[in-house]
Amino acid sequence: MASSALIPAPLANTKVILSWERKRALTGFLFVLPTVIFVGIFFIIPLLMTIFMSFHDWPLFGERAFIGLKNYIDLLGDKQFLNSLGFTFRYTVIITPLIFLTAFVLASLVQQKIPAIGIFRTIFFLPVVIGLGISSLIWVWLLHDQVGIINKILLDLHIIPKAQLWLANPPSAMNVIVLSVIWKTVGLTMVLLLAGMQSIPDELYEAAEVDGANYWQKLRFITLPLLRRTIALALVLSVIGSLLSFDQFFIITSGGPRNSTLSIVYWIFNNSFTYFKMGYGAAMSIVLLVILVILSGLQLYLLRDSSDM
Amino acid sequence: MIHQTAHRQKQALRYTLVYAVLIVLAAAFLFPIIWSTLNSFKPPSEAMAVPPTYLPTTFSLDNYIKLTTYGRGGIFRHVFNSAFVSVLTVLGTIVLSTLGGYGFARFSFPGKGVLFIMVLSTLMIPFQSILIPLFVMLAAVDLHNNLFGLVLVYITFQLPFGIFLMRTTFMTIPREIEESALLDGCTSLSVLYRMLLRLVMPGIVTVAIYAFINSWNEFIAALIFMTDQSNFTLPIFLTTVRSGQYGQVDWGALQAGVVISIIPSLVIFLVLQRYYMSGLMGGAVKS
Repeated sequence: MASSALIPAPLANTKVILSWERKRALTGFLFVLPTVIFVGIFFIIPLLMTIFMSFHDWPLFGERAFIGLKNYIDLLGDKQFLNSLGFTFRYTVIITPLIFLTAFVLASLVQQKIPAIGIFRTIFFLPVVIGLGISSLIWVWLLHDQVGIINKILLDLHIIPKAQLWLANPPSAMNVIVLSVIWKTVGLTMVLLLAGMQSIPDELYEAAEVDGANYWQKLRFITLPLLRRTIALALVLSVIGSLLSFDQFFIITSGGPRNSTLSIVYWIFNNSFTYFKMGYGAAMSIVLLVILVILSGLQLYLLRDSSDM
Repeated sequence: MIHQTAHRQKQALRYTLVYAVLIVLAAAFLFPIIWSTLNSFKPPSEAMAVPPTYLPTTFSLDNYIKLTTYGRGGIFRHVFNSAFVSVLTVLGTIVLSTLGGYGFARFSFPGKGVLFIMVLSTLMIPFQSILIPLFVMLAAVDLHNNLFGLVLVYITFQLPFGIFLMRTTFMTIPREIEESALLDGCTSLSVLYRMLLRLVMPGIVTVAIYAFINSWNEFIAALIFMTDQSNFTLPIFLTTVRSGQYGQVDWGALQAGVVISIIPSLVIFLVLQRYYMSGLMGGAVKS
């Protein structure tokens, strides 16, 4: 009845709300703006520039020139690029299952509810927080043929007849680097698997035990299927990390012997910052980037939830 | 009765076995750290002895003292460089992630979804693939070979995780807490500072730990960008010690440097383990 008197009020309210919402939107935008600027300048622009540079002859100093696809064509004839790609894949294929299996065993051990188990979890995880560069500096000394303690121990135990030059030939250089990286990274995979294992309800195992299932059957029909997503994540992380390896090869073997441990990132690094062929390095970076995006997509697809199939 | 005793014996045997395996494995995992530490306390000549000794025959700090004479300004210079870069990276990352996380969690504005995806999508792209243009760009404004330039790059690398984690943290806090204050006319910034900061502190601590450990340990970007020896961070400086840039490789000094560079990460991890692990899980859940 007094409606006519009330009409202006909601209108005014709407106006207030509108301007309040507009102000709030602006505030929100200002809050995220610094982040957007940082990511834009130091990530998105460089990313686009990598593509741009890959079509150029781009030395550190002097004239740069547009050369179309020449860098990419040169890649196909670059023996060391193909070798580095091959080596990096081989390294990834060797180390990924080893990290996974070791992590799985460790996770199975430390998931038991027994006294002091937390201490062991912490110990297995410790190397993860040490940088890969620093851990490589430890291992290069441990593995040294003369001052290294590993040779000393194996000699004293009569396991080897004389001091080994672990880093002097390609297969053993690969093996010892794999060992050092497993030590450094396995704790991370262990913790991921542990979290997955702990989220599986105990009742499932109890029910299976009532039905007389043994360890392997429980593993095959309960643990592995329910850990699918965790396993996918752990594998993706490990594959990506391995494909991008650099520190361990730079420090432990300097890419040797005879360029046999020159990983793909290492070869990009050499071309871009030793020979200063930055356009060429950019083209290789794009190839690496495409491979990584495809692989993580493929792996996630292969290990997707069975419920989506 | 007999049955129970047998069962108990079996159980005891199982426990013994499990602990034996755990102890052997723990020894293997600790071995590189322990031996590196032991070696750093040998007298320099013993630290380089062929064949090596297992334990130090005398306790000596000489390797650490020698490190102070290496390079320009010795180890202190490089510890300072690393600390400077890491601390500024931590500060920058937590400020930007807190503001950004709040913005993405609580406000709606045009383009929010696109911007959020833009920030998070950088998680899928390896930073190693953009180092070449980053170097060119930083060189163009004279920020390469500059610790502050390195800080800007490191902050950017930490932001996607920081934003993701802080946004999730803000979303777990009930809106009612801030609503009444906002209706009373408080600005969003003062609500964030006075009321919410305390509540999102666990998230901030987690982001800070990751920013610190990652920038303290980072290798390839520092190696590329820092061309002048006086700007080397600790890991880069130590590779010059290892490559024998100052004459014969000084293994004792190298292990002393390793011990110095391990300590901050280990202490932070051991003290704040809970926050570190929660960050790991936060990151795992999203994938």
